[in-house]
Amino acid sequence: MPELEAVIGLEIHVQLATETKMFCGCELSFGDEPNVHTCPICLAHPGVLPVPNEQAIRYALQIGLALECEIAPWSIFHRKNYFYPDSPKAYQISQYDIPICGAGKLGDIRIHRAHLEEDAAKTIHVGASGRIHGSDASLVDFNRGGTPLVEIVTEPDLRGAAEAAEWARLLRETVRQLGVSDVNMEEGSLRVDANVSVRPAGSSELGIKTELKNMNSFRFLQRGIEAELARQRELIESGGTVEQETLHFDPASGSLTSLRSKEEAHDYRYFPEPDLVPLAPTEEMLREAREALPELPAARIERYESELGLSRDVAQKLATDPRTAGYFENAVEAADGVEPRVLANWVTGELAAALRQAEVEGGAADSRVSPPALAALVRLVQEKKISHGSGKTVLAAMVTEGGDPVEIVEREGLAQMSDSGELESIVEKAMADNPDAVAKIREGNGKAIGAIVGAVMRETKGRADGGEVNRIIREKL
Amino acid sequence: MADILDLSVLEAHEAKIAGDLSPREHVDAWFEAAGNDELNAYLWRNDRGAEAAAIEPKEDWNAPIAVKDIFTTEGVPTTAASRILEGYRPPYSSTAVQKLLEAGLPILGKTNMDEFAMGSSNENSAYGPVLNPWDRTRVPGGSSGGSAAAVAGGLAPWAIGTDTGGSIRQPAAFCGIVGLKPTYGSISRYGMIAFASSLDQCGPLTRTVSDAAMLLAMLQGRDPLDSTSVGIEGGVSLPDRENLAGLRFGVPAELARDAVDAGVREVFERTLEKIEALGGEVVEVSLPNAEHGISAYYVIAPAEASSNLARYDGVRYGMRAGGDGDLIEMYETTRSEGFGAEVKRRIMLGTYALSSGYYEAYYGQAQKVRTRIAEDFSGAFSAVDFVVTPTAPSVAFKLGEKTDDPLAMYLNDFFTVPMSLAGIPAISIPAGLAEPEGGGPQLPVGFQIAAPAFAEQKLLDAAFALEQGIGFDARPTAGGGADA
Repeated sequence: MPELEAVIGLEIHVQLATETKMFCGCELSFGDEPNVHTCPICLAHPGVLPVPNEQAIRYALQIGLALECEIAPWSIFHRKNYFYPDSPKAYQISQYDIPICGAGKLGDIRIHRAHLEEDAAKTIHVGASGRIHGSDASLVDFNRGGTPLVEIVTEPDLRGAAEAAEWARLLRETVRQLGVSDVNMEEGSLRVDANVSVRPAGSSELGIKTELKNMNSFRFLQRGIEAELARQRELIESGGTVEQETLHFDPASGSLTSLRSKEEAHDYRYFPEPDLVPLAPTEEMLREAREALPELPAARIERYESELGLSRDVAQKLATDPRTAGYFENAVEAADGVEPRVLANWVTGELAAALRQAEVEGGAADSRVSPPALAALVRLVQEKKISHGSGKTVLAAMVTEGGDPVEIVEREGLAQMSDSGELESIVEKAMADNPDAVAKIREGNGKAIGAIVGAVMRETKGRADGGEVNRIIREKL
Repeated sequence: MADILDLSVLEAHEAKIAGDLSPREHVDAWFEAAGNDELNAYLWRNDRGAEAAAIEPKEDWNAPIAVKDIFTTEGVPTTAASRILEGYRPPYSSTAVQKLLEAGLPILGKTNMDEFAMGSSNENSAYGPVLNPWDRTRVPGGSSGGSAAAVAGGLAPWAIGTDTGGSIRQPAAFCGIVGLKPTYGSISRYGMIAFASSLDQCGPLTRTVSDAAMLLAMLQGRDPLDSTSVGIEGGVSLPDRENLAGLRFGVPAELARDAVDAGVREVFERTLEKIEALGGEVVEVSLPNAEHGISAYYVIAPAEASSNLARYDGVRYGMRAGGDGDLIEMYETTRSEGFGAEVKRRIMLGTYALSSGYYEAYYGQAQKVRTRIAEDFSGAFSAVDFVVTPTAPSVAFKLGEKTDDPLAMYLNDFFTVPMSLAGIPAISIPAGLAEPEGGGPQLPVGFQIAAPAFAEQKLLDAAFALEQGIGFDARPTAGGGADA
């Protein structure tokens, strides 16, 4: 049997951080006393009508533009009809065949669509199970009901659980940087569902998919997909077939249980929402949304690679978080002759390590090492004014106390030894102290030179240039 | 006092300006008259006590009004004549009611209607039928039957109702008064309990065309709470046209050839002659798709209703039944006991029409017909100023006569539904009296005039000229029957 390839698409619900709900004037909230942010409209009293939230439309446009989606010149809302206490109208106002945002992409993953809709109220099932079946009672909190949502649907372009989780992180970072959502998975302002299927590697057909719900962290997303892929592979390899169903992921046990099968699927009886007129963003709204877009991670990674010559890996480390990116770019600005590539390695390598070692919370941007100070330090090393080892020593000092690297070098006497006479005598002494090593080098064991270099470095507190020490040793032999 | 009740609102207004009538006298006379409701026209009457505090105008200087029970009134029972909303007191008032209050109109009461505005006879009320003041064995029409009967029967000087497929115009015709369905979007629907959202429109039921214009002027306007509302550009003023010179009235060939009672046809023909006598021109126009209006309407309206009425589930307000079992059992028991037969029929029709696999064949197709009908009217209005028809194919029929035959009942809307589907304004004015099929005392006949969207002023002007020309002044007698 050929190897089975994973085919994964994601559906992401993003709660928009608007002032008020999607179709009424109630304040958005999280964690408040239940049912205090409600009104006749979001409780679906007789006679009420929805009025769309302009801010939500603007935010949706920003998300659409950030995901390079085609923006529909006009789109319409539909009613999605279903009976459940979390839906007081017994329909959700959503978008169906004409969403506000059409095809787009983020990184290498294609976006199918992104549309506006309203969130359901929150149901809490009281009793042992915590789910509706077997509960003693169910409570409804309408505070969340009517919160604006953008649902983003990808094409099935992801090929593995880790890749899916990594891409979801990029999406979260992108949306976060737009400033249109809190994107907090635990609080539910970012919710990721996965459509998972497998197929023989190389096949272009899609297998039967299952939909995974309730993965409220990236780790659970990855674990849930891994578990489901394993289940599907095992099923197919043992001659079975996958059934289309919706699965609930239990993070505690890592198990998946069926919520409903295809036969139980709802008929939502979608039809155009007659209470709303078509949504046609004006040129001005589009222009404003475009102007409000910051540079986003995907574009920044691309720019770091192409313009600054960074490797993909380093570019990703620097570009994903906007504050780290800002730190790096400030350092580049102050570089004065130091290559961005070298600075990038210092930020992601030596600085990150020094922060870790000093147990400093937060990243480079939060540290006491200012970007120009880091650039100055790297310049000292590059110009061989101090050794690379001394550079790390100075950086460690800067991480704990801040300050100017030149001053620290001076204070600690770490300047590279420029007087070769002094260095020569230290090398001679080190050779005299390590006769065994000298003998071994003479016998052709090149590695033995390390012992002598080490002794010199100890003596000079790392101020000696390693290359110069090597040269002098070989000269003396 | 009797002479106060004989005045139209405009006449009373003029008497007040002249100092012959005090606003208080006028208001008191009508509150007293409304107390004498033998027609079951009111579901709730305002005794002006604490219960009605939230729906009292700051100053009641204007003529009091009857409000169809489909409009929410803060703190005051609002049932849409359904059991399922029994005991429901809304936390807010509809925009239409707010506007009435701002204009100083005290509210006499909430009027009876067909449940959720579904019906053409007012027999679908959970609280009993309304009687026609001209003949108490007959229906007042529907669904705004309570509002129409109240105005015709001397229980209110004017009223508001709603029209989805004829629910203002047909009861106005059956009760011998004026009923106007404005252009869709003229008046806010906020707080108007939804039946079919893309068709529902608030409008006046009045004694005269001038009163209808006054009420429309108060009610119309864009409302930020209703995205589909636009208002009438330029507003509305009192009509003052004296003749119909230079106006062309189109009689749709397709609608005219269909079954209309002989008495109704005769009044209609006579009215066409009157139009010509007033200088207007009567021509034939073609509305080739209008006869499919009923079929399209009875797909679209139930489809929207099935969704609009889904919120009545017993969870948050109104009636709740069952609930000892699980959630689904509670939903089912509440809705089975709470809704009447006609409402349930339409919910089922509409649910079916929207179902996956049937949507295109029913809802999709009906929407195409709707577009065609709108195009038919646009075409007609390039040749004529107005389209005219009888408002209903018959005069008021007997209570119980059509309750077992929903299709016969639906056909009552034959002449009114096409305008609703096209979203255009249409008015019914009393044009004369006719003997019902099968004999009996003479009953009013309505004449319908339809105009292009937002041409309300032009429509009211022409209707006013025709109203003056016809000079209809018959009134129902106290015990029923005409007093011509």
